[in-house]
Amino acid sequence: MLLRYIVQRIWQLIPVLILVSIAVFLIVRLIPGDPVLVMMGVDPEERSRISDAQYQALQQQLGFDRPIYVQYVNWVSRIVHGDMGQSLRSRRPIFEVIFERYPATIYLAAIALFTGLIIAIPAGVIAAIRQNTGADYAAMGFALWGIAMPNFWLALMLIVLFSLHLGWLPSIGYADPFEAPWRFLQHACLPAIVMGTDLAAPLTRYIRAEMLEQLKQDYVRTAWAKGLPSRMVIVRHALKNSLIAAVTVVGLQTARLLGGSTIVETVFSWPGIGRLLIEGIYSRDYPIVQGSVLLIAVTYVFINLFVDIAYKWLDPRIKLE
Amino acid sequence: MKQETLPRSWSAADGANSSLQRFLGACQVIARSRLALIGVVIVGVWLLTALFAPFMATHDPYEINIAGRLKSPSADHWLGTDYLGRDSYSRIVFGARTAFQVAVGAVFLGAFFGIPIGAVAGFAGRWIDSALMRVMDAIIAFPGRLLAIALVASLGGGLYSLYIALGINSIPSYARIVRGVVLSQKQKEYVEAARMTGESNWSILFLQVLPNCLSPLLVRLSLDFGHAILAESSLSFLGLGLPPPTASWGLMLKEVTPFLQLQPMAAFFPGLTISIIILGFNLLGDGLRDVFDPRQYER
Repeated sequence: MLLRYIVQRIWQLIPVLILVSIAVFLIVRLIPGDPVLVMMGVDPEERSRISDAQYQALQQQLGFDRPIYVQYVNWVSRIVHGDMGQSLRSRRPIFEVIFERYPATIYLAAIALFTGLIIAIPAGVIAAIRQNTGADYAAMGFALWGIAMPNFWLALMLIVLFSLHLGWLPSIGYADPFEAPWRFLQHACLPAIVMGTDLAAPLTRYIRAEMLEQLKQDYVRTAWAKGLPSRMVIVRHALKNSLIAAVTVVGLQTARLLGGSTIVETVFSWPGIGRLLIEGIYSRDYPIVQGSVLLIAVTYVFINLFVDIAYKWLDPRIKLE
Repeated sequence: MKQETLPRSWSAADGANSSLQRFLGACQVIARSRLALIGVVIVGVWLLTALFAPFMATHDPYEINIAGRLKSPSADHWLGTDYLGRDSYSRIVFGARTAFQVAVGAVFLGAFFGIPIGAVAGFAGRWIDSALMRVMDAIIAFPGRLLAIALVASLGGGLYSLYIALGINSIPSYARIVRGVVLSQKQKEYVEAARMTGESNWSILFLQVLPNCLSPLLVRLSLDFGHAILAESSLSFLGLGLPPPTASWGLMLKEVTPFLQLQPMAAFFPGLTISIIILGFNLLGDGLRDVFDPRQYER
C-alpha cells in the first residue's frame, strides 16, 4: 500500500515540477526590456556599446533567436546535465556558486529546527495539560505574538539587545562549523532564535490543540485508569500521537527553513542560499536568481513529498486526495 | 408551492429578519470571545487610521529635517524621528494607508482569480479540475514569499507589482477553499432540484453553490489581509517593495537599520505596529472561524 502511495505521489509531482520549471524559466522573460541584454547584465541605455554582430552572436549563444518552447526545452536539458550557465558577476558556474552556499543554509536550518522544537514541544504540552491556567495563557500569548511578529523586526531587536547593548553575540557574519565550531555557534545563535521562533509559534498552538484532543481519547482515559504514572501517559501516549499529527507542520516548516529564509540570512549576513538570491536580485545577476529560485522550489517540493510519505507511513489511514 | 400562498413582502421580511438574527448571533459569538473582540478593535482602529491619516498625523510624513534626525520620542515627535528627521508617528499613520492599499489590492486579485478557478475546478471535475489544481499546486510549490520575491525581481518594485506578486500567491488558497465547498455541495439535493427546474450550470454554480463558500472565505480573507501586510513589509524591508520615500512600515525599518546603535526606538515602533496589526487580523480570523465552526470554539 505504501509503495503504491509513493508511486502515485511521485506521479502527481511530475506536472508540478514541469510547471515550476516553466515559472522559473519565465522569470527572466518577464523582465521588461530585451532578455539578451538582461542576461548579459547590460542596461538598455548601454545597448550602443555592443555592435550588431556582437549582439547577434550573443543572441545565438544564449539561444534567444529560437522559438520560446525550444529555448525552454534546451534550458531544461542543460539543467538536467548540470549546466545552469554562469554568474554574470563572478563568471563562475551557477551550480558551483549555489552548492557552495547551500551548506550554510542547511546548518542554520538544522539549528533553527532544533531551537523551534525545544521551545514548541514543552510549551504546547504544558499549555494543554494546564489548560486555562497562567502557563497556558503564557504559551498561547507567545504563540499568537510569535506568529504576528515580523521575523526581521525580531532580528533587529535581538541585534540591538544582544549585540549592540550587551555585546554578547556577533550581529553579522559566519564561521565554518568544522573549523571554528564555537564561533559558528555564536554567529548562528541569533538567526536560529529568530527562525526557531518562526517555527515554534504555530507549532506550539498545533501541539496544544492536538494534545487536548488526545487527552480526551478513550485510550488515555484507560491509561489513567490503569494507574500509569502521569509522565508515561502524557509522554508515551498523548504526546507520541500528537507529534505524529504535527509531522506535517514540522515538515512544511523544515522545507521553508531549508529553502533559506531570505530575510533572516540577509539581516545577519549569513552566506546561505536565501542571501545569494537577494544578492542576485540586487546585482541583477539573473542566472543566479533563476538558479536559486529553482533550487529552493525543488527542495520545497521534494521535502513536501517526503513529509507526505512519512505521514502515510506513521498513520496508514491517510489517503491520497 | 406553499411559498406561493405567502404574500411576497412576508417572505422578504422574514428573510431579512433571519439574516439580521444570524448577523447578531455572529456578533454575539465574537463579543463573547475576548480575543476576537481585541482583533476587531485593532483592525477597526487601524482601518480608521488609514482612512483619516491626514487628520491623525501631527506632521507632514515626507518633511525632511536633517537637524532633528534620529530624535527620541518627545512631546513634539511622539515616536521620535527617522534618519532624515521625518516624524515617525506621522509616517506610521500614513504607513497604515499604504499597508491597507497593498492588502486590499492583493487580496482582491487573489480572490478575483482564485474563487472562479476553484468553482470551475470543483464543478466541472475531470481533466479541468486536474489541470487547474496542478497549476495551483505549482504556485504552492514555491515556499512562502519566494514567488513574490521572484516576481517583484522580474516586474520591478511598485504598487502594481506588489498587487500581482502578493495576489498570485494567494490565488491557490481561495481556489482550494471554493473547490472543496463546491465538491461537497454539488451532490446535494438543492443542486439537483435547481438543475431539474432548468437553471443553467453557471447560474447554479454562482447563485446557489458559491454562497456556501462565504464563511470559510471570510476567515481566509481576514488572515490574508494580515499575510499581505506582512509580505509587503518584508519585501519593502528587503528593498524590493515600495520605493522611497513612501511611508511603508517595512521601508521605515530598512531605512533605520544602519542607525540601530544611535536610535533603536526608530526601529522599535514600526515593527511593533506591524506585529499589532497582524495580531489583530489573526485574532479576527480566529474569531470568525469560531463563529462559523462552533466545534472549534468549544475546543
